[in-house]
Amino acid sequence: MRRDALENRIYDVAVIGAGVIGSAIARELCRYDLSVCIIEKNVDVCEGTSKANSAIVHGGFDAKPGTMKAKMNVIGNRMMDKVCEELDVPFKRNGAMVISFEGEDSLSELVARAKANGVEVEIVDPKDYEENISSDAKCALLCKSSGIVCPFELTLGYAENAVENGADIYLNTPVLGIKKDENFTIHTSKGNIQARCIVNAAGVYADAIHDMYLSHSYTITPRKGEYLLYDRDLKDLVSHTIFQLPGKMGKGVLVTPTIHGNLLAGPSADDLLEKDDLETTDEGLAYVLNTASKSLKDMPSMVITSFAGLRAHGDTGDFVLDMPACGFFEAACIESPGLTSAPAIGEYMAGMVAGYLGADLDPSFNPVRKKRVLDGDRIICRCESVTEGEILAAIHSTIGARTLDGVKRRVRAGSGRCQGGFCSIKVMEILARELDVPFEDIRKNTLDSVIVFGKTK
Amino acid sequence: MKKDLVVIGAGPAGLAAAISAYEEGIRDILIVERDNLLGGILNQCIHPGFGLFTFGEELTGPEYAARYIAKVKELGIEYMLDTMVMDITRDKVVTLSSGLKLEAGAIILAMGCRERPRGALNISGTRPSGIFTAGTAQRLMNIEGYMPGKEVVILGSGDIGLIMARRMTLEGAKVKMVVEIKEKSGGLARNIAQCLDDFNIPLLLNTTVTKIHGKDRVTGVTLSTGEYVSCDTILLSVGLIPENELSKKCGVRLEEGSNNIICSEDLMTDVDGVFCSGNVHHVHDLVDNVTKEAIKAGKSAAIYLRR
Repeated sequence: MRRDALENRIYDVAVIGAGVIGSAIARELCRYDLSVCIIEKNVDVCEGTSKANSAIVHGGFDAKPGTMKAKMNVIGNRMMDKVCEELDVPFKRNGAMVISFEGEDSLSELVARAKANGVEVEIVDPKDYEENISSDAKCALLCKSSGIVCPFELTLGYAENAVENGADIYLNTPVLGIKKDENFTIHTSKGNIQARCIVNAAGVYADAIHDMYLSHSYTITPRKGEYLLYDRDLKDLVSHTIFQLPGKMGKGVLVTPTIHGNLLAGPSADDLLEKDDLETTDEGLAYVLNTASKSLKDMPSMVITSFAGLRAHGDTGDFVLDMPACGFFEAACIESPGLTSAPAIGEYMAGMVAGYLGADLDPSFNPVRKKRVLDGDRIICRCESVTEGEILAAIHSTIGARTLDGVKRRVRAGSGRCQGGFCSIKVMEILARELDVPFEDIRKNTLDSVIVFGKTK
Repeated sequence: MKKDLVVIGAGPAGLAAAISAYEEGIRDILIVERDNLLGGILNQCIHPGFGLFTFGEELTGPEYAARYIAKVKELGIEYMLDTMVMDITRDKVVTLSSGLKLEAGAIILAMGCRERPRGALNISGTRPSGIFTAGTAQRLMNIEGYMPGKEVVILGSGDIGLIMARRMTLEGAKVKMVVEIKEKSGGLARNIAQCLDDFNIPLLLNTTVTKIHGKDRVTGVTLSTGEYVSCDTILLSVGLIPENELSKKCGVRLEEGSNNIICSEDLMTDVDGVFCSGNVHHVHDLVDNVTKEAIKAGKSAAIYLRR
């Protein structure tokens, strides 16, 4: 949209942040007769916390009864089947176990929480369910309703479905300031965006967005989690998500199959000062491996990659789902179980905003995400068997991939055992051709993540 | 559809094996290649040093491949490009990416190898752009014609890394150093002399990269010595792994760790009628040795088919 056109338009709601929470809220807002936009500072959706986490749909036995975390977790878990079907997101209820090395008493607190939260669990012998579980595990809490999901597709599915239902999305558009006269004026790198309401869903930056308009009321500390990702070869090592007893810093290190058939171990938990520190550390990775090794008889050490993600850990102790000032809403401090809670938070926040604006339901809302299928059976990514047609669909879908990582997250090209060694150049060629830009303009993820520096001599 | 012999891969191993089987009297042969041209990785190896043993003269990679490509075409051996084998069963049914199923009398595996990526080394730090395996950088430069970096640190002293040190220097990049964790380079002596020494590129032995820095693009590395070296590019030349995921599907037995195929003297794997040759069997130093082995595999497959 041109700058003057942008500045003349007044949206009913501007959602800041295109992670899973912002995208879910935007999509749920589209159920109402409201004009909606999503503003995202990165070049793609799902570039923050939503892209690097455990990808678990938690059962809800761990969250403290009475908190928003517990409420949203339990509702979100129940909504997940329907949402994933509508948005075409891979999801499976593989079940989770919390193993104890001490005995049944150590699990009593979790059992009590599960009961209070209305979540079905049972105490079992984990060896009856998993061959490779450590023989030190004396007993386990089993929750069959826990699951694994693709966090990229859940975020993208929500964002695309929002756009398909009329929302606008402004990518690569950092918010620089917020003020309010009759309406909100959101000052961005691309010009001003006006809206009657704002929903702050800016992840680890939500406190900074809050402070642009209101006085400081909570602080978000990025809590780094490091992960190890293993080859598909190891997919049969465990079928459940295996937790150890939770600690003060979170749910601890888990070992789980991913929805794509890899094995994942992590996360560590380290509080940081910087909101963009995604470095993995020797200590963090060793901690994950050592801790995970206690859960299984034989924890492999050969990984295909490691990564770090940041949880938006707030000093509030609970999710902040609120309207702290007229027309200014926020979904902040969304750490675990944020991904699980996203469907519930989306519905809850959209309902709050629609109530404030007195909006009616929009009968034309279509909850089913469009699925694009394009021809091309040439295999581009050999490790994950990704075809050219799938990559074309990723580029030409409602919110198309523009970067190598964008393609990778949408269709897994480059996420296999060779980590893009063979296919990254081919994917760059396809991106350049389809977007009609020079090859050297293709980026890995951010605007400055240059891949090649012009032609050879 | 039936085929006497299906050769999987059209690199130096696949081409030579197919020609050898043809010369032994097998006519119903199909070579399946996943890339869009014959010759495999040789196409991007534009440096000389190939063919000294096979032809008694020094050729570049594309020249070496061209001789076998010409021969395959001259003999009229059938091949399919842009086609990947998706599955092989124990009774030698080969499923292609087009959906076509072939009942093969014999199969020669010739899929080559892949490079060990950064993830497999589990080097800590950030995940910026500017980290390439040496072979990917080689393809970017020699096939696509683009510069992957300006200021380079090469991790590992495998032959492709050494070749790329010279190649990038000749194109105007500053190759700051090659670091090797072992006390001795695994590369050929001639490559160390011609690719590093001749260009004054230091080789640091008993040294590795312990951390990668840079949020968007690489900005530097920390070495095991504690030293910080600024650079915008890291090339990895830290080992090759036989690409045997497909072989596993039909039950071929592999050596743990190396991923090498366990096979008989005549290059037949544990699966009856499935042979192997080249880097998919085990990683070879020289293409001439790959050719030699492939000729033997072709012959063995022909004997098997005639029996």
